[in-house]
Amino acid sequence: MSSRKQDGIGRRAVLGGAGAVALTGFPNIGFTQPRQPIKVGVPTILSGRVAQLGISSRNAMQIEVDRFNSAGGLDGRPIELIVRDSRGTPAEAARLAREMISSEGCEFLLDAEPSSGGFAIHEVVRETGTVTMHVNAETSSLTADPRQRFWNAFRVARQGIHDSIAGGEYAAKVAKERNLRRWMTISPDYAYGRDTTAEFVEYLKHFHSEVQIVGETWPRLFQPDYTENITRLSQGRAQAIYSCLWAGDLVTFVEQASIFGLFANTAFFAVNMADYTTLQQIRNLPRGVHSGNRYLRNFPNVPGNMQFAAEYNRRFNTFPTNWSWQSATAVSLLTRALKEVGGTDPRAVAGKLRGMVMDSPFGADGKVTMRAEDQTLVGYAIGWGQTISADPYVENMQPSDWATIFRLEAEWKRGKGWG
Amino acid sequence: MDLTELAGCVTSLSCVVTQVAAGLTIGMLLFLVASGLTLIFGVLGIVNFAHGSLYMMGAYFALAAYTATGSFALAVLAGTLGAALMGLFFERFLLSRIYGQDVLMQLLVCYAVILILDDAVKIIWGADFMSMGVPEIFRHPPLIIGGGIVPYFYAILFGITALIAIVLAWGMGRTRFGRIVRAAAINPGMVGALGINTTVVYAAVFAIGAGLAGAAGALSAPIRSVVPGAGVSILIESFIVTVIGGMGSIGGALAASLILGFTRSFGSIGFPLFVEGAMFLIMALVLILRPSGLGGKRGS
Repeated sequence: MSSRKQDGIGRRAVLGGAGAVALTGFPNIGFTQPRQPIKVGVPTILSGRVAQLGISSRNAMQIEVDRFNSAGGLDGRPIELIVRDSRGTPAEAARLAREMISSEGCEFLLDAEPSSGGFAIHEVVRETGTVTMHVNAETSSLTADPRQRFWNAFRVARQGIHDSIAGGEYAAKVAKERNLRRWMTISPDYAYGRDTTAEFVEYLKHFHSEVQIVGETWPRLFQPDYTENITRLSQGRAQAIYSCLWAGDLVTFVEQASIFGLFANTAFFAVNMADYTTLQQIRNLPRGVHSGNRYLRNFPNVPGNMQFAAEYNRRFNTFPTNWSWQSATAVSLLTRALKEVGGTDPRAVAGKLRGMVMDSPFGADGKVTMRAEDQTLVGYAIGWGQTISADPYVENMQPSDWATIFRLEAEWKRGKGWG
Repeated sequence: MDLTELAGCVTSLSCVVTQVAAGLTIGMLLFLVASGLTLIFGVLGIVNFAHGSLYMMGAYFALAAYTATGSFALAVLAGTLGAALMGLFFERFLLSRIYGQDVLMQLLVCYAVILILDDAVKIIWGADFMSMGVPEIFRHPPLIIGGGIVPYFYAILFGITALIAIVLAWGMGRTRFGRIVRAAAINPGMVGALGINTTVVYAAVFAIGAGLAGAAGALSAPIRSVVPGAGVSILIESFIVTVIGGMGSIGGALAASLILGFTRSFGSIGFPLFVEGAMFLIMALVLILRPSGLGGKRGS
């Protein structure tokens, strides 16, 4: 009995050991446990004709999130992206947003839907008070209309009115040089298409009052065949055509219009052409299409932009899109706000975001600003140029002047009663 | 509404040529899909809600074949035969088990097939849209006829679809197989009693219908996006065609397809904001005035 007592581990020893572990070991175990991640919901389109853009949004966010997490996150808390496919249906986007907030515990939303889904999500987060960044919704009224504004919603996308002022000024200059007076438009039949086209026309006429719009055609979003719209355009005998069709819709339209010879004698202004996925999908890219920059790795021509494109290309074997730079910018703004606040309190994070100025390779002068008055991004690079059939696909990029954009935007808001 | 412009168009030869050519091409591509749908319904009594997916598969098979061979003829053949084989498989292993059951069961099975095929396409080809582009051989300047524009490729498309329509009409009207199919549509029991294997007839009809959808997908791949879910919008228009043309009537489907094609092409001039609405309005009028459709038998 006594020898057993000496060889075995006694009750007191066990208790003592347990006490020592409790004092020294458990805290160490506590430190090695990963801390609760900050869940960020990302409703976007991952299937259908816009899938490439949704995927490019997710990819760019992942690059920035990985960078944030590898630098230690927010005091050890990593960000976890919860990405879901809305299939381009606004009702589904709204349902996903609600589910992410109520069931999946998302503290923030990066709404990577276009305007159609963006407005639906906007109403969800108006109700829930979740800090949300609309990453890809470009319809101006989303933030310009004071009735749409509330403390927790921000836009990190380019905005229709900005593109329209820049595009109107550029197009008017070309129209004057080439005497293009008869114009027609073809744009998708939903809020973004209608608003952006009306705004472009307004500024085209503002800068060149002799321009006439002799016809317009409104294909529905994701329409499979544009034959009837193209014949409408060809019957109008326009000298120039404007379009804000985008992604697969733009590719299909250009392919079909080319076989009608529509671009042979008609100048084409497509604000959304200069995006790599669109440019690379068109089999025979017409030379000389006028396009606004969506995303180009050489515009702005700064090392940070080139590095972003190279890193994206290294990881995903393709080039970023317009949705990519916007998504990357959204994550950068959010993570910076989180770090400055030192937590995830929504009111504090929103307060930091409001008016935030950040160095950015996508800025017109190296910076972008989350303008406080309407919680929307300004100062990003905008320019127009003409397509060529091979890399870099767009040449003679002419940067737009933000002073002009700000001045005319303010007048436009006053005209709408939103000033 | 811009009826003045429409009136101006119909009195201008160039406009009429352009719009008629566009209407014929749109209509004939629609006819290929809708004729398969109506053929299957007429003989098998099945409303194939998955028909649009067979159109989509035809486009993907064609794209794959074109990428591999560079031959548009092989691409169309691959799209047609691929969709026909899929249709055969679908009929033999799924639909044949629910013949005689209510339409809800048909709807469920077809919806399952739509989801499976959409996901299969995403796994194999990815979720992004793809573009075949007009084959180099057809890249010519458009034909100018009477001042109107007729794209070279559209003229080819119209020629091929018209040929398929003629072969279909001849096959159904003038061959022994056609007579058997028509007899099976009216009285399958009697056809079976005469020693004809109706199971084979049903399978063949379904494969032909699926092949027609696949051919439409393959032929339109150069000018439309190839994308998961591409069959949904064409399916809706095909149902409008079958209602206007009469369920089971190939001739009615042709007439209805051309009506819709011209509604689209001329409507874009005269009432561009009501083109979709006009198609449904025509369907509603046919349902009120002639419920069996333009080519359907009364009481069907």
